[in-house]
Amino acid sequence: MAEHVLSTRSLTKRFPGVLALDRVDFGVRAGEVHALIGENGAGKSTLIKVLTGVYAPDGGEVLRDGGPATFGTPLAAQQAGISTIYQEVNLVPLMSVARNLFLGREPRGRFGLIDFDRMHRESERILSEYGVRTDVRRPLGELGVGAQQMVALARAVWVDAKVVVMDEPTSSLEPREVETLFGVIRRLRDRGVAVVYVSHRLDELYAVCDAVTVLRDGRTVHTGPLQGLERLRLVSMMLGREIGEVRAEGTTKFGGDHEAASAEPVLRVDGLSVQHQLHDVSFAVRPGEVVGLGGLLGSGRTETAKSVAGALAPSAGRVTVAGARVRTGSPGAAIRAGISLLPEDRKTEGIVPGLSVRENIALAVLPRLSRAGLVSEARIDSLVGTFMERLRIKASSPHQKAGELSGGNQQKVLLARWLAAEPRVLLLDEPTRGIDVGAKAEVQKLVDELAADGLGVLLISSDLEELIEGSDRVVVLRDGAVVGELTGDEVTEDRLMEAIAAAAEEEPHLADAAPGDVRKAAAHD
Amino acid sequence: MSVAKSRHDGGGSAPGEGGPAGPAKPAGAAAHGGTSTRADRWSTFAQRHGALVALLLTVLIASASFDSFAGAGNLKNIAVSSAFLAIVALGMTFVIVSGGIDLSVGSVFVLGGVLAAWGSKYGPVVALLLPLAVCGGIGLVNGLLIARARLAPFIVTLAAMLGARGLMLNITDEGNDTFLIAKDSLFADLGRGKLLGIGAPVWITLALFLLGGLLLRRTRFGQQVYAVGGNEDAASLMGTSVSRTKITVYAMSGLLAGLAGALNAAWLASGVTILGQGMELEAISAVVIGGTLLTGGLGYVSGSLVGVLLLKVIQNIINQIGSLDSAYQQVVSGAFLVVVVVVQTWLGRRRKARLTAPG
Repeated sequence: MAEHVLSTRSLTKRFPGVLALDRVDFGVRAGEVHALIGENGAGKSTLIKVLTGVYAPDGGEVLRDGGPATFGTPLAAQQAGISTIYQEVNLVPLMSVARNLFLGREPRGRFGLIDFDRMHRESERILSEYGVRTDVRRPLGELGVGAQQMVALARAVWVDAKVVVMDEPTSSLEPREVETLFGVIRRLRDRGVAVVYVSHRLDELYAVCDAVTVLRDGRTVHTGPLQGLERLRLVSMMLGREIGEVRAEGTTKFGGDHEAASAEPVLRVDGLSVQHQLHDVSFAVRPGEVVGLGGLLGSGRTETAKSVAGALAPSAGRVTVAGARVRTGSPGAAIRAGISLLPEDRKTEGIVPGLSVRENIALAVLPRLSRAGLVSEARIDSLVGTFMERLRIKASSPHQKAGELSGGNQQKVLLARWLAAEPRVLLLDEPTRGIDVGAKAEVQKLVDELAADGLGVLLISSDLEELIEGSDRVVVLRDGAVVGELTGDEVTEDRLMEAIAAAAEEEPHLADAAPGDVRKAAAHD
Repeated sequence: MSVAKSRHDGGGSAPGEGGPAGPAKPAGAAAHGGTSTRADRWSTFAQRHGALVALLLTVLIASASFDSFAGAGNLKNIAVSSAFLAIVALGMTFVIVSGGIDLSVGSVFVLGGVLAAWGSKYGPVVALLLPLAVCGGIGLVNGLLIARARLAPFIVTLAAMLGARGLMLNITDEGNDTFLIAKDSLFADLGRGKLLGIGAPVWITLALFLLGGLLLRRTRFGQQVYAVGGNEDAASLMGTSVSRTKITVYAMSGLLAGLAGALNAAWLASGVTILGQGMELEAISAVVIGGTLLTGGLGYVSGSLVGVLLLKVIQNIINQIGSLDSAYQQVVSGAFLVVVVVVQTWLGRRRKARLTAPG
């Protein structure tokens, strides 16, 4: 067994209230492409950041060639031969392509001045090997995201790297660029470089990786060779669910909404596409129905919700609410049409912690409650009172600062804000993430009640149990496309995992069948 | 630094070291972006040279309108009076490109002048080195507070602005003492001397801008200033020492403001205590008019020189029109600044819109 080039021993990292890494053992060998996978919050990003010197560990150690080597800064890690390509392109868009490629190691000529001619020549040659042909004097920001990612890759690999860490390098690449990337990875492997590869796309892992480590809730749950490891088993390890007896049953019959749902859909989404992110996503939600969006992280769930709510501009597709077409790409238009989105990250996209509960709730409806620019305090009070009671928001008074509330109650305040706008469709993106069990149950109960009141609800959740129990139907996404729909008795965890894990060979059949069925179902209504 | 070890000295060895070995398949070789349209080139030109065009137009119109404007005496006047602001603006350019701001330069400028005049009785070396040491030190402290203590540049340099002016008032007994510089001293020659009929401050300024231009555009330090201003996190992840870069630019800014003050004192032959009010804003205006992005990451030393000249030419023209109140100079300068910032913002948005457009 070859020596690990880079490994960790019992690595532990704590953040306030969270144990992000819990005694993680991880190791990658020279000439090995090692996949690092896990769901959101599993600790992948934290592990990478500790490995590359961005975070300091709270316990355990990082080993380089078997010797202790915990890095204090990204620079120290780079000097130890560890290069990183981050998920977001971490280059300077205003600087030229060549200057980005060479920053910190520019060729110098006379008087120590930078030799730009040589730098530009070298840049062109290096980049051409990554399929990037461009004027290297132009600002980097003028390149497409994929090309920028290639520049980042070229930069990372070009130093004398012994270990290259790639954090979801393909998330912004075209299929052709992915092929180029795979070519680069294979050549790196042949040269004896160790590659740590983080991705959610299972097909990619099987295409390029030799070994895999699965993280869940900050712990290593599996590590070993990838070959011979079943796709379904991989998914079940990531999600922490047993495969059960379903495996024996084979392929499921996806699609086909056979239930007699009589009501006209309140939300209909047709052929929604967002460059690199969503491909022809279609589904419908009827009043009183909770439709779940299933899929792994990065499958396009959040993007779907955001483009329906106007926060993300789709390149194609149509959104209709109760038969009326909604202008896409405009949050204002979506809100006026009755679409409300409870975003995934409530801290940055929702709650104003310094304002009171009352003000937070009233924020979105102020224009509706005001007459001639003056806001009626009494009307706000009655509205806030109604919602605080209905949603069982626990605060000392409506005037308590929202930032002082528990996570669950903050989430309810946000929910109240959107409900006050009287929506017809509610999009909930991870409504119970990060809140305690009791509050979770309350929010789940609320979702049920809201649906019973006739709202159309679209529910996104990484918590399989929540998704399965909360949803009447589940639309399954993978790599930005609908790959199936579970209805009635099919709405089970096992079925859902199978749909997510469905092998690549089945994909064309599924991708063809599922959206078509949804469209057919919608047409019949 | 092993990262800095250049791999390209051996010519062909560079990509072999890290890049893929074989040439890319022609079929897979995608042509990525980079094709610049005429509109792109125009907007780049406007960003980079708009101030120069405006300066040339202004000078042409002024020469045609006033006989006295294009005279050698008047032009030399403009040049010398521009020199001191230009030196301050040079330091400010580095600070703004790095994504910061330095509000202390006006106070540091006047402090430098007073210190030089006070020190001139101990000889030219003290007269020059004292202000450089004190003002450079103020800049260094600014830099340390901003880079290491991670305080906002606006607040830190605002405090330094108040502190430096207080120090100056302390030295001059609330501004009542004005130290004089002997007009025949060697130090006074730095401000009053002439070479080829042109004042020494002008030559010093030109030399400093040449050095500053090389430093910003052609050295690794300069590249790091751009990188820090363009994307601080990325610069740090790419192995740039962000704090060292920041400390250096603020120290430079203080040093140059002090030098400008000392030269100005030599020129006036006294440490005048009422100068420098609002000079920081004038310097910032000149830098921004010269095409440097106020948000950092993009800018040119030469542009700042043009920006200073433009401000000073406008000031001169208004003085030439005797009937116009000189207060209008500030109105015109302000209007110019607004136009430049509007155009910059517009160009920036256009670029961004183009980058995020699908396709």
